[in-house]
Amino acid sequence: MDIEEKTLKRLNSPQELEALRQELQRASSAKSKTITICCGTGCLAYGGAKVAQGFKDEIKARGLENEIEVKTTGCHGFCERGPLVVIRPENVLYQRVKPTDIGEIVDTVKDGNIVDRLLYTIPGTKTKVAHEHDVPFYKKQMRLVFGANGYIDPTSIEDYIGCGGYTALAKTLYSMTPDEVISEVKKSGLRGRGGGGFATGAKWQSTQEAHGDTKYVICNCDEGDPGAFMDRSLMEGNPHAILEGMVIAAFAVGAHEGYIYIRNEYPVAVKHAERAIAQAEAMGLLGRNILGSGFDFTVKINRGGGAFVCGESTALMASLEGRVGEPRAKYIHTSERGLWDQPTVLNNVETLANVPLIINKGSQWYSGIGTANSKGTKIFSLVGKVNNTGLIEVPMGITLREIIYDIGGGIPKNKKFKAIQTGGPSGGCLPESRLDMPVDFDELTRAGSMMGSGAMIVMDEDNCMVDIARYFLSFLEGESCGKCVPCREGLKRMRQILDRIISGRGEDGDIELLEDLSETLTWGALCGLGSGAANPIMSTLRYFRDEYESHIREKRCPAGVCKPLITYNIVEANCPNCTLCIKACPAGAITGRGKKVPVVLDQSKCTKCGACFDVCRLNAVEVR
Amino acid sequence: MTLDTKSFAEVVNTILAKYENDAAMLVGILQDIQSELNYLPRECLVMVSEGLDIPLSRVYSVSTFFKAFSLKPRGRHSLHVCMGTACHVRGAEKVLDKLQTELCLCAGETSPDMKFTLETVNCVGACALGPVVVVDGEYAGQVTTDKVKSILEGCK
Ligand SMILES: Cc1cc2nc3c(=O)[nH]c(=O)nc-3n(C[C@H](O)[C@H](O)[C@H](O)COP(=O)(O)O)c2cc1C
Ligand code: SF4
Ligand code: SF4
Ligand code: SF4
Ligand code: FES
Ligand code: FES
Repeated sequence: MDIEEKTLKRLNSPQELEALRQELQRASSAKSKTITICCGTGCLAYGGAKVAQGFKDEIKARGLENEIEVKTTGCHGFCERGPLVVIRPENVLYQRVKPTDIGEIVDTVKDGNIVDRLLYTIPGTKTKVAHEHDVPFYKKQMRLVFGANGYIDPTSIEDYIGCGGYTALAKTLYSMTPDEVISEVKKSGLRGRGGGGFATGAKWQSTQEAHGDTKYVICNCDEGDPGAFMDRSLMEGNPHAILEGMVIAAFAVGAHEGYIYIRNEYPVAVKHAERAIAQAEAMGLLGRNILGSGFDFTVKINRGGGAFVCGESTALMASLEGRVGEPRAKYIHTSERGLWDQPTVLNNVETLANVPLIINKGSQWYSGIGTANSKGTKIFSLVGKVNNTGLIEVPMGITLREIIYDIGGGIPKNKKFKAIQTGGPSGGCLPESRLDMPVDFDELTRAGSMMGSGAMIVMDEDNCMVDIARYFLSFLEGESCGKCVPCREGLKRMRQILDRIISGRGEDGDIELLEDLSETLTWGALCGLGSGAANPIMSTLRYFRDEYESHIREKRCPAGVCKPLITYNIVEANCPNCTLCIKACPAGAITGRGKKVPVVLDQSKCTKCGACFDVCRLNAVEVR
Repeated sequence: MTLDTKSFAEVVNTILAKYENDAAMLVGILQDIQSELNYLPRECLVMVSEGLDIPLSRVYSVSTFFKAFSLKPRGRHSLHVCMGTACHVRGAEKVLDKLQTELCLCAGETSPDMKFTLETVNCVGACALGPVVVVDGEYAGQVTTDKVKSILEGCK
């Protein structure tokens, strides 16, 4: 326990919690302005830590500590434009802030002026946008769960309490029965955000009804899905919301012990979760006799070893027990026999973060958002070939087109949209014709893809769909635990077939063979890893069959990706011999012939590394 | 603290004590040992198996199951190239190729002078910045082949 945690005062009733909140709100309104600096992983990679420290030093040097508050927060979502700095309460958004900009920003904070050059400019125009909520990236979002990330310091429990944190817990413990909590969650229509979309209320009920001396609540923060980082950002940016959700779940099902399973690659998430647990325990919001109610619930952290399959419920529990993370058949549900064979609730990070919201605002309010069978909002990670990459939270039912073009700002470099991959390794690729489809659990499944954890990877004309299918297969082949034959052998065989197709040795009948194997895997694999693995293949075959056919029949990769099928060539008309590519070529395959004369590329030396294509600024290298 | 000042036994015993020799914490124990020693030496695995009173085979099966564990010593600088989907579609493969050529190493190998270990990972959770390379724990985003040299030069 930190020194700081020792000085936190224990709260023994909802009244004490409320009194503290009012006191905190008074204290914070004494300072007229807050400078919030994003210190999420994305912004840190762009130098966010130096910017944050710079602001702290500057405010101190100017003696403004009593008027202006400097706060470091978790990810705001718009990572593409980091480091982000927001001046509140006006919500002026500065992007790509450098330490040298600090003095100028502080100059303007007090008098309400704005530093124009640091504002977001709408691409292709000269229009600058001053306020966070007017930036197109944020405009269509509905940041119910993720919004607090931009306002609170994740290492301060006071911040969370100040903005209404733990009220749902107080309400649960003092004015609701476990049955009422479950019924409220059921009525809200909340479905799990971890991939399967299972009704959360129903899951809690079966654990509540199951027989067992001890019950457990586990928060799944494994997030093995490549391309997704919302769980990480929530755990790093607002860990108390997840703890609050866990305690409410525990109260509902009658559990007194819980675990947060975080992958070891997320050290900041581990640190912030540990800190949050210590703080909440010190304040009586976790541990024994929570808020004086007599209810006990403790939480421990377990760091995962970074195997994708360990996100699967039974594998996760095996690994929590200190065994190899292999799934088992689920003829008995983990809600009845889970961790140490006891009834266990396993929920995703985002699912749990939705719970306090539902308790506070009521199931009726919650179920007013979204579509018929998918309620509320969903956080997506919008990444790949899209202008505004980052995390977005949108109401269920929004269309893919709105996501990619209105929020994401479209495809970079005037390229053409080709596909969007949703749902991770068990999901699928959707083509342009599906862009106007509303996004929810059922629509995505119907279209041959999945919600999954919410990764959305946008691809343009330069991405090859056969390559993407192969990518997912080889990913899953590497991650398969190898316990059951359809998955172990099937994935390997399918990857071999795709390897052949990609190298130009594809044969008639390969597509049918892939379809056959897909079906075997879907029905024969033991766990979701294997049974979902065929999805990327089937969806690409469904929507992009012609690309497979070009590879097999014409021995051609239309997107110019598959190495054995392509060559790099010099477009003589465009090349003035700037020599950039000569310097970049590791194989010495390009030679100059003098000023203003196009360079020559020797195919026999070329290793197809693509370096010349990447450095040439004049479109003088083409892929065929 | 480094190896010069602490013996394997000290490292293992301190960590086992921290977890109260709880076999259920095996994964965490191995993670802690690895973060002190940079890899999992055979001697340590034997000590863990004795300390927790579980078969050595179980310690081995866990430490080979998870890719995060290494049974071989690793270099002073670790380079993790993200091969996740978001990075893949933005050209992670090319970045890895370039690193392999520059370092004369395949992914998973350590240079003979123990300076670099090159590894691939499946998403480090900074997908908005893809392609991502993590250099000694620091994230480098939007890496292109022509940035590779300066990344390597940054490792002293
Ligand atoms: C191979 C595989 C990997 C999974 N990985 C994760 C994960 O990283 N995080 C997660 O929350 N759920 C993951 N799931 C889903 C979980 O098994 C489980 O359904 C989910 O955590 C339940 O929480 P929810 O009901 O709140 O969605 C995975 C499932 C499979 C089959
Ligand atoms: S489907 Fe694959 S990952 Fe799942 S249990 Fe079988 S072999 Fe293991
Ligand atoms: S693709 Fe690579 S090897 Fe081939 S010419 Fe270009 S830079 Fe040289
Ligand atoms: S980089 Fe492009 S323009 Fe310059 S020499 Fe090479 S091909 Fe010609
Ligand atoms: S990390 Fe700063 S916006 Fe995502
Ligand atoms: S895919 Fe590379 S960081 Fe997520």
